[in-house]
Amino acid sequence: MARKEYSFYPGCSSERNASASNYMVSVQSMCKTLDIKLNEIPDWNCCGASIGYADGGELPRHVMNARNIALSQKHNPGQDIVATCAACWLGTKESVERLSKSEQLLADTQNILADAGLKVDINKNTASGVRHMVEVLIEDFGYDELAAPVKKPLEGLKIAGYVGCQTNRPFGIDGESFENPKYLDKMVEVMGAEPADKYEQKVTCCGGALAFSEPEKSQAQIKEIVESAYDHNADMIVTPCPVCQMNVEVYQEQINKTYNKNFNMPVVYYSQLMAVAYGSSAKEAGLDGQIIRSKKLEEIAEAK
Amino acid sequence: MNQTTSVSDPSPVEKYRNNFLKEVEANVEEGDWVKMCMQCGVCSGSCPLGSAWAHPPQELFMMIRAGQREEVLRSESMWMCTSCYSCVVRCPRELPIMHIMHGLANYANRLGLAPKMNPTKRFAKLFWDNIAATGRVNESRLSIKLYFMNGLVSGIKTAFAMRKVGLGMLKTHRLNLIGFFRAGGIKEKNQLQQMLNKAYEIEDKRKGLS
Repeated sequence: MARKEYSFYPGCSSERNASASNYMVSVQSMCKTLDIKLNEIPDWNCCGASIGYADGGELPRHVMNARNIALSQKHNPGQDIVATCAACWLGTKESVERLSKSEQLLADTQNILADAGLKVDINKNTASGVRHMVEVLIEDFGYDELAAPVKKPLEGLKIAGYVGCQTNRPFGIDGESFENPKYLDKMVEVMGAEPADKYEQKVTCCGGALAFSEPEKSQAQIKEIVESAYDHNADMIVTPCPVCQMNVEVYQEQINKTYNKNFNMPVVYYSQLMAVAYGSSAKEAGLDGQIIRSKKLEEIAEAK
Repeated sequence: MNQTTSVSDPSPVEKYRNNFLKEVEANVEEGDWVKMCMQCGVCSGSCPLGSAWAHPPQELFMMIRAGQREEVLRSESMWMCTSCYSCVVRCPRELPIMHIMHGLANYANRLGLAPKMNPTKRFAKLFWDNIAATGRVNESRLSIKLYFMNGLVSGIKTAFAMRKVGLGMLKTHRLNLIGFFRAGGIKEKNQLQQMLNKAYEIEDKRKGLS
């Protein structure tokens, strides 16, 4: 039996050939080392993300999330739902909160779920049972236990912990401050690297979905996020969020043109740092999925 | 005088004539918080795109109280929200500001008052249609539709400008053009669509929109 077992909500971006497929690869490697078993929710659907508000309204969005929760309760009873994507985690948890506050929303939702032979149980413990992977690592394992399997400390690397928005606000991780969360820095330290502890852009918004619709405004934000990492002499940025990862990595070349910069800053996931520190190969850590490759991290991964 | 009450399904305009605040309280997500705003402006100062808002949130709240229905619902301002939750966690009176902004944008959209060419409104529709079709995001369809949102010529220009980003995503297997032709998504697509259709129907009925 695995050490820990969860009902897993991987989310759209983690699918094969999707924008965070490399995140998923590294999560699988990390979980193998930590002996975490992830039981995927059968036939899970999209959470609606934040941008779903405009056409999804309230009830349709909550119905989407309630369907996932109902499927999880039916097929993986008693297990916490764990999401690796910030939006999936937030969307699911937020729907639980809303449904528990409004009898009408809950009744409407149950009525709709019933047509599909489903029923959702929303009780006082449901919200706390919807968790982000980082929460699981910090709260169920703790820094000491995360440090134990480290085979290759990431010595000599300086890393800027970019927490972003939705893994941080409004729920937060481990009760940390919204304005100066420190868990990413602690994780960087535990993996043997040096955190950029005064990285002032750690909770700046990357623009989220507006990177697509308002690219100039979003790229102005991303410029600050990357530039500050350079100012702190960081070798790379680390993040827990698939949207942050993509936005901060892929637009650097366009930002270079607009602002006459020379950015080439790798942006990796916490799980990629952990997989490498735990002895995975670059491929097992999903490092071949980075558009801006992190040579220093790849070198550590490939060293015997 | 008040004939609207006798109509079984009065439109929101009739039902809340001259009282936009009541209309917002009844029909906009978290709209019953509007009166709690104390006009401090912490939300505007916290917003990453603050300078792009013609009317920052506290101003929209005041405009709602002043009954400026058209100006509020036709505004581009709420569409500048990046969903970063900064205003939500910083508001001293704990207004869920972001959700009220989303609610206003959604309500304006459903009434057909939202600015037609607003890029975020248009992207949001592409996104929702994309997930409602198969139950999951099909990223290749979404990005191609986004590029070609303004027609073929503009789409080719966008695709050209974005070619390095796209090629980078393709090379690292984070984007797959086959996905454009293969729907993917969940098994119970029809079931989910029926559920969503029923949800729209119930919500519209509750808000007097149909």
